[in-house]
Amino acid sequence: MKLNQLTIKEANKKLAKGEITSVELTKACLRRIKEIDGKVKAMLTVCEEKALKQAEAADGRRKKGEKNELLGIPYIAKDNIMTKGVRTTAASRILDNYIAPYDATIIKKLKKAGAVLLGKANLDEFAHGASTENSAYGPSHNPWDLDRVPGGSSGGSAAAVVSDMCVFALGTDTGGSIRCPASFCGVVGLKPTYGRSSRFGLIAMTSSTDVPGPITKTVEDTAIVLKAIAGQDKNDTTTPLKTVPDYSADLKKALKGTKIGLPKEYLNKGTKENIKKIIKEAIKKYQELGAEIVDVSLPHTKYGVAVYYIITPSEISSNLARFDGIRYGHSAVNGKDLITAYKKTRGEGFGPEAKRRIMLGTYALSAGYFDAYYLQAQKVRTIIKEEMDAVLNKVDCLLTPTSPHIAFKIGEQVDDPLAMYLEDIFVTGASLAGLPAISIPAGFVDNMPVGLQLIGPRFGEQTIFNIANVYENATNWRANKPNLCK
Amino acid sequence: MKLNKKDIQHIANLARLELTEKELAKYGSQISNILKYIDQLQEVDTANVEPTAQVTGLTNVFQEDKVCVWDKDEVKAALKQAPEFEGGQVKVKRVLD
Repeated sequence: MKLNQLTIKEANKKLAKGEITSVELTKACLRRIKEIDGKVKAMLTVCEEKALKQAEAADGRRKKGEKNELLGIPYIAKDNIMTKGVRTTAASRILDNYIAPYDATIIKKLKKAGAVLLGKANLDEFAHGASTENSAYGPSHNPWDLDRVPGGSSGGSAAAVVSDMCVFALGTDTGGSIRCPASFCGVVGLKPTYGRSSRFGLIAMTSSTDVPGPITKTVEDTAIVLKAIAGQDKNDTTTPLKTVPDYSADLKKALKGTKIGLPKEYLNKGTKENIKKIIKEAIKKYQELGAEIVDVSLPHTKYGVAVYYIITPSEISSNLARFDGIRYGHSAVNGKDLITAYKKTRGEGFGPEAKRRIMLGTYALSAGYFDAYYLQAQKVRTIIKEEMDAVLNKVDCLLTPTSPHIAFKIGEQVDDPLAMYLEDIFVTGASLAGLPAISIPAGFVDNMPVGLQLIGPRFGEQTIFNIANVYENATNWRANKPNLCK
Repeated sequence: MKLNKKDIQHIANLARLELTEKELAKYGSQISNILKYIDQLQEVDTANVEPTAQVTGLTNVFQEDKVCVWDKDEVKAALKQAPEFEGGQVKVKRVLD
């Protein structure tokens, strides 16, 4: 086994015993990036020199006896997360030359733990999308089939993890952006509870649902990373004062007595038969493992996408108003007056999907339409949230497919924004309700990975980690690797 | 809701976006199509339902109103991003004629 293929758990063991160094591990990852990223195109920036320096420092800390699971572990961050002194573009032309002046809180925490930042991963521009095709720098490719998308918007992060360019990665999830690519690439991706990990230093998209989280090779690794990045942050007042438990404990607890809810609306006619088959097999596996499957109903699930595509563009139109060409980013200084300069800067700087969402949001919030669109969407959001909370009072978690089908071909639906929005059908619910949700590998269709999603109660990450981990250990889908990577 | 070219031009103006003729036409049909889908929200009975903006139950988290000290180098790096910078200040176009 090559070093870059290790999980956090495995690498930490070897580092602690002195069998390998962080410099060796970091070099293995950098080599892997050089070897295959020409095909996968997961990376926007690679910081080789900085990474090796951080690795040396980590080795020094280990030598002095420091013990920390993430000390010296190389990772990749999605490029909408601020990394001090490193180019941070959000995959937008408007931030083409932007160097982040400070670290996001989660990056600061990982730095303190001694993790090594290898570089920045591709995404849909400003995280608007489910395929990375909206990146101003071109799409990333799915390592399982280079003609297919890796999912999005954290597509670069997920593609990098499954092709072993890093040990783990960070993504952000607003309406599925960690879970969708995790499912399409066959890795583990967690959207934490809203507020569990700080948004400070993320390039804001939808402030009421944005949350950063890990993309990893195993559930156990996700638990390790979440423990490191979670917690209250004075710079993000939506992070509550709530203890961060040791998420790695209790991962192996037997599932006897565990109740898993199966919402019938998630296995309707919109879901491909071959995906349903995989979910049914997963259910059978869970029953063998001692869990009880309970049929439940979430009738308002069908409105999730409509609610999401009012609330999200509305918050985007407000959040992206800051790109005015005055303080940072692309600037059309030749505009004859202030208004012309704003319009030119933004017209030139934003890509098609960002413009579409800004306009949709501006319209939904504009005089005369606010009540019919934004307010109504927020009210339906209440119903969706209460409905999910009520069901989660009766079961330990919900089990659903992450996506209604496998990764689609690049270019297949790029001209149909509504079809692209409907990609989010199974992932918007947890986002609107602020619930934790994890996508884990559950099998293959036509040699492409399929993910299943477990949604837990608010701040109930530990419960879904346990339920996910027991299944992962019993199935080991991870043993399969994309051809490209053999 | 079907949006014509004039509507789209108006929205683009509110959003401070300069759009080409081609973009105006394209967004007109695409956004109308998306709104048609979103119109299904009108069928949900939301009488006596409060809107939700915050999901974890936090309300009014206040901070003391005082200036925080920020790392000097980071401040410098942030200001350096401005396209026009003069005498320690970010230069902007005139607001009033």
